[in-house]
Order: sequence, then C-alpha cells, then structure tokens
Amino acid sequence: MKKEEIPQDDGALNKSTKEVCYAVDSEGKYTTELSTGWEVKSTALDAAWKDIDERVKAARQKVLNGEASPLLFFMELRLMDIGIVSAYTGFWKWTIRQHLKPAVFNKLTESKLQKYATAFNVELADLKTMNVHED
Amino acid sequence: MYMKTEFEHLQAAHCENGVTTNLLRSVGISKITEPLTFGIGSGIFFIQIPFLKVNNGPAIAFRTMPGLIFKRTCNRLGIPVVRKKFSSKEQAEKFLEASLNSGHPVGCQVGVYYLTYFPKEYRFHFNAHNLIVYGREGDQYLVSDPIMENVTTLSRYELERVRFAKGPLAPRGQIYYPREHTPVSDDKIRSAIKTGISKSVNDMLRIPLNIAGVKGIATTGKKIKKWRDQLGQQKAGLYLAQLVRMQEEIGTGGGGFRYIYGAFLQEAYGYLPNEQLLEISKIFTRSGDLWRTAAVQAAGIYKGRIGSQQDFNVMGDYLLEISEIEKGAFRQLSKIKWH
Repeated sequence: MKKEEIPQDDGALNKSTKEVCYAVDSEGKYTTELSTGWEVKSTALDAAWKDIDERVKAARQKVLNGEASPLLFFMELRLMDIGIVSAYTGFWKWTIRQHLKPAVFNKLTESKLQKYATAFNVELADLKTMNVHED
Repeated sequence: MYMKTEFEHLQAAHCENGVTTNLLRSVGISKITEPLTFGIGSGIFFIQIPFLKVNNGPAIAFRTMPGLIFKRTCNRLGIPVVRKKFSSKEQAEKFLEASLNSGHPVGCQVGVYYLTYFPKEYRFHFNAHNLIVYGREGDQYLVSDPIMENVTTLSRYELERVRFAKGPLAPRGQIYYPREHTPVSDDKIRSAIKTGISKSVNDMLRIPLNIAGVKGIATTGKKIKKWRDQLGQQKAGLYLAQLVRMQEEIGTGGGGFRYIYGAFLQEAYGYLPNEQLLEISKIFTRSGDLWRTAAVQAAGIYKGRIGSQQDFNVMGDYLLEISEIEKGAFRQLSKIKWH
C-alpha cells in the first residue's frame, strides 16, 4: 500500500483514537501514517453488531415464549458463550445448560442467581425481567 | 499517593509490539522499533483453528500466540525478563505496586470487554490485549495503551477487572517487563534478526498441518468457496466479515501484519545489507495489497452488493494466490546466505 492510499474513512474507533498504518512512500521506503479508519473494516464490524442485535432480539423472544431462561438473553447481550459464563460464575457448563431451561432457572436460589447477575454485570432484580440499564 | 516511573508513550500499530518496544525503551534500549520487535519476535503467522468458533465465527489469526512476541524478542536480544501470573487479585496488585515503586513500568495482559476507554463496538471477550501501567495518581493508574494516540487512566477497580477477565486466554493478572538495562550490540541485533526470520520461515512453511502457515491460507481459501453452500449467504458473509476484522482491525498495521513484516525486512537490511531483503520486502507489500483487495471483495459480499458462488470463488482464489506469493517469499528468505 502506498502512503497516499491509506484510507481516511469514518469508523467506531476514531471516536477514541486514530490508528497506525504501515505503507510505502514514493521511494518505496516503509513509513507509518495515522488513519481514521477504513470503510471495508468498519462495515465488517457493523455486520458483526447487526448479527449480535438480531441474536439478542431472538433470545428475548425465546425467553418470552418460555423456550429458554433469561440466561440466554444475557449471554447474547454480553457476547458470552457457555465457556465464558462458566469461567465467570464457576458453574460447570453442564449445569449452565440446565439453567438455560426456564423450569430449572425459576427454582434457582438467590445466591446462584447472584452469581449470574455479577457475571452479566446486572442487578439481581433485572435478571428475571431482562431489564438492561446501560453503564 | 503519587508515583510515576520514567516513561515515554509511543503509539504503535499492534499492542504487543508496542508494549515490547516501549518497555525496552524504558530500560534504555531504544534501537528496537516496532517492525524489529515484530520480526525478531517472529510475529507473522496464519492459522485457522478447525472446529473452534470465536464470536460465532471462524477462529483465524494472522499472528503468533499472544505473549510470544515479547518473550522471543527479549530472549533473542539477551534481555532478562520478569513475568508473573497470579491466582490472587491482592497479590497481583501488590506486585504491580512494588514494580512501579522500584521504577519499572510494567506490561499487563488484559481483557478488552471491560476496557472502559475502548469504544463499545470494540469490546468483545478478547483477553490477549496488552498495555503498560507506568504509575498511579490516587485511585487512578496511569496507562499507556500503545494502540492509542495518547495515554489514559484506569481506576484500581477497572484495572483489576481487566487483569482478571475470564474466558479463553484469561490473563490471570499477568505482568511482565525487562528486568534491567542490558546493552544490546548491533551484532546481537543481527543474530536476533536471523533467528527471528528463520523461526518465521519454519512457522509459515514447515508446520506439517494444512491449517497453519502458507498451507493454512490455501486451506481457508478453499473453505471459503464452500461457505456459501454450507452456511447460507448471510452467515457466510458474517464469516468473511470476521476474517476481515482479524486481518485489518486495530493492531495489524494493515494487510494482516504483512506490511509491518515488509517494514521489518527493510530495517533488517540496515543491519544485514543483503539486497534480497529489500526484494522480499516488496513481495510482502504485494501480499498485503492482495489481502486488502480480498477484503474489498469480502466487503462486497457482507454488504450484500455481490454474493454469487462466482463471487465466493474469486474470494477464495485471492487466498490461494496469496498463499503462493507468501510461499515464494518465505522460500527466498530461507535461502538467504548471511555473510
């Protein structure tokens, strides 16, 4: 890539910082230049977030339909898979799969629910109602 | 309470390169630039790990395992390092404070999900980010994140939370820094460059698996051609978006680290004046360019502008072509006779 070809598009990162790109100058020598972003990759990130939003919506609907416990909703919202939830809560993956069933989830003790609330960074009361207060 | 170590923040493309370069500068080793760090640390790589999903997409990396760039660079330059992981958060903070008190800015491995100064869009459960803590003012740790233009801060709680992020590659409070100033001669740099190149040649040409190195690039190219049928248009598009993010997102310097590697070979020429290095550097520029051309093709697909099987074939063929180009480049590197 030539230095003058470094894209200077808009992107989510450029709210916080420009980023360093490597490119060659007119003599073919490598140099660095700051870039505000590249449309190709900001649309890649947009595509990922659009997918996440859809997954969150679908999860909420599944919970409302009684097909899954609210854990599914918060897992999608917090971008966590069962492995990550397991790492944050200390529950086994198998146990978490059980807790994804509404009937099992509804019988969980407060201390177990609190572990989930902490892992998802939400209030205990919001865990069942799927209320989200963004920080 | 106020404490601050001698430290100068220099922005870099990639976090681990930048942390390594800036930490070395903090102990008075200033010749090692970002490209030299990346090349000596044998950072360049490619792998698609089969059956593993990351954020519901393919697990693809353009660089070597996190932590190795710092470790190898220091090792190959003969610089002793301190590296520690912790099971207790209190111990982790105590050690951090003690290091700062003794005048050492320190590298910390962190997760980005709770990294408050990152834009929300970038905060995934990725646990192999690196930053430097170089002091504390009251409750605020002074933080130099090499991918950012300016220094920033994190509260004690915020720093603890990212140092003890959970999940794959959990940092477990990992801290590292060069123990002391060690004189690094040009001869030492020359030998470190050769070792770095030879390890990268091995990584890219000689791993006997078709998922890694130049063979890995070809394998992913072939897989891409099947994605449309296997996954459906939309999911295949998301997979390509993930490939592009791994290739271009903050940290690679563009073209999946291939440009930084080109810059490394040019700087290597300054120490080992062999014309071939400059020629091979040009091949990496071409490879980086082709990776970016492929990214534009991928974007056409995930934006829904194109999406026929033919379009996926073109995309896959780019990777097959890149695989051949890089195979040629690393073969030439393997044959260089150093004088």
